[in-house]
Amino acid sequence: MNVADLIDLLLQHSPALIVAVPLLGAFITPLISRLNDKVRNIFVILTLGLTASLVFLLASDVFTGNIHTYIFGSQDLALPVVRILFEVDAMSAFMAIISVILSLVAVIYSWSFMKENTGLDKYYTLILLMTAGMLGMELTGDLFNFFVFLEITSISSAALVAFWTNKAKSVEAGFKYIVISTIGALFILFSVAMFYGQYNALNMAMIASAIQYTFLDKIALVLLIAALAMKAGVVPMHMWLPDAYGKAPSSVTLILVGTTQASLYGVFRVCFTIYGGAINLSSISVGWILVILGIITMLLGVAMAIIQTDFKRLIAFGAVAEIGYMLLGIGTGLVVMLNPEMTATGLAAMKGGIFHIMNDALDVGLLFLVAGAIYYATKETSLNKLGGLARNMKYTTVFFIIGLLAVSGMPPMNGFASKLLIYESTYQLNPILSIIAILSSIMLLAVFVKVFHSAFLGPALPKFENVKEVPKSMLIAMGAIATIIIIFGLFPELIINNIVEPAANALVNYGGYVREVIPSFTGGV
Amino acid sequence: MIFNIPFIAVAALILIGLYAVIFKRNLIKMVIGITLIESGVNLFLITLGYREGSIAPIYTSSPGGIMALPVPQALTLTSIVIGVAVLALMLSLVIHIYRHYGTLDVRKMGGPEE
Repeated sequence: MNVADLIDLLLQHSPALIVAVPLLGAFITPLISRLNDKVRNIFVILTLGLTASLVFLLASDVFTGNIHTYIFGSQDLALPVVRILFEVDAMSAFMAIISVILSLVAVIYSWSFMKENTGLDKYYTLILLMTAGMLGMELTGDLFNFFVFLEITSISSAALVAFWTNKAKSVEAGFKYIVISTIGALFILFSVAMFYGQYNALNMAMIASAIQYTFLDKIALVLLIAALAMKAGVVPMHMWLPDAYGKAPSSVTLILVGTTQASLYGVFRVCFTIYGGAINLSSISVGWILVILGIITMLLGVAMAIIQTDFKRLIAFGAVAEIGYMLLGIGTGLVVMLNPEMTATGLAAMKGGIFHIMNDALDVGLLFLVAGAIYYATKETSLNKLGGLARNMKYTTVFFIIGLLAVSGMPPMNGFASKLLIYESTYQLNPILSIIAILSSIMLLAVFVKVFHSAFLGPALPKFENVKEVPKSMLIAMGAIATIIIIFGLFPELIINNIVEPAANALVNYGGYVREVIPSFTGGV
Repeated sequence: MIFNIPFIAVAALILIGLYAVIFKRNLIKMVIGITLIESGVNLFLITLGYREGSIAPIYTSSPGGIMALPVPQALTLTSIVIGVAVLALMLSLVIHIYRHYGTLDVRKMGGPEE
């Protein structure tokens, strides 16, 4: 067998392998852990590296416009519900790229960051499980399967949030997180049951083709959006997020950013695909609900960030504010989607929102890694006790400046590219929306400049005299993200044309998604 | 089914569970509330697949007649297994919280930031 055939075979089976590789890796990790710690770390990095290369292989094919399906169970599509279907379009591939990059960076970062902890075999097992769950949520085409992967992700991430069990606050945050996720997941299951009772289908494409927009469907829509928005940390359901982000180890926080975005992906999939046919009736109201939620999320996140004194908690509220921009972008797209005069605006808003998902993951992720580095070096997270660190930690300082500029949407960082798209398109919908968005960005800049000033500048404090720069693996992890941020910022067109635009088109073109499973389907554009 | 009793039971279970999660101050009672919601959802799934007078869906040596739909039962089994994992994790976190604070009452928790 030659190489081209092998790559074809890998490509064909990649949707299954992307979930199977980290899942199997997770259960082999404890065994390898008995040999040697270093071997285990290398094994975990290799496992995620293999997953990442499979994701890139699949994505390179999907971004040309193909949709991949992978069938577990009966191949005869005429038989109902005797299979689980993975369906990968450009949006799923886009999200999978984000998740896998975050997990890989987090594992590299953990090498030094978690070195002094015990129970690392469990830590790495849970990280791999969490990655498998996240990727499963993004690739699956089956609603019940989505629920199962959601639960895998929540269980492993709750255990990881509470990983430092010697700290009361960490355990408390973990408990809060599992309670919130479980209730959310149960309501998702409830709405899945409603769909099954009406349409005898669990497959997203089948439900989308049969949906009648009955009263029960409206209830299911409310439950799905509320539960997934709760998992995504949208205000007013955000109260668990600062606790979980703030108290988890920094490497875990990085992956938690990925899980919240996987839930956000669920919101978009529900609005655009499952309710794609009913969107004629609902797009205006559902779109406006997303826009208003986005605005509230932005303002409240930023306002709460200003008054925080804990480094990680402050960044967590910044992350809440960033989620608002994505909702605003996608919501605007949904509102103007049916207005033929504003198609370009709608597409620009969607592109901005989707691009911002990736940018937010990188920017906020980098800031959390810097916060972790400072904690590692000083064992301190309160901003009132930090100061003068730029003298001893020059690389970390540079990375923080990059993250600060990117998160507040300053050129030439990537945050600017996506936020500009959102400002421009929302201005055409309603100028007030873009004014609020710009205002929140400026406030974010103010917040992070304050952090920069109190943590890195100022006189040298005697207790931090012996603080050293963090170890290499943490610098590599932060450097990798910073490099991607600058590249995305300098060449945004490249990313938008090749990755973001296919994703936006895939999300809008729900007919294509459905036709991949039900060829006779005629709806959609 | 008489007066749709199973569906009324579903609604009652979920509402009682939500009440416990929102208003009870004891962590164990909150956990019980979550398991109640879960039972409600599971009962909903099972009820959807049941028809009056139907038999278990075992195709070999079936006496004939209508059968209950097996898919919701498979879903419920999966959901029960997930529920056990969540329950175990929640209770182990409760144990850790109790070790730190010496109480299960959320009002008495807190203390200084570390």
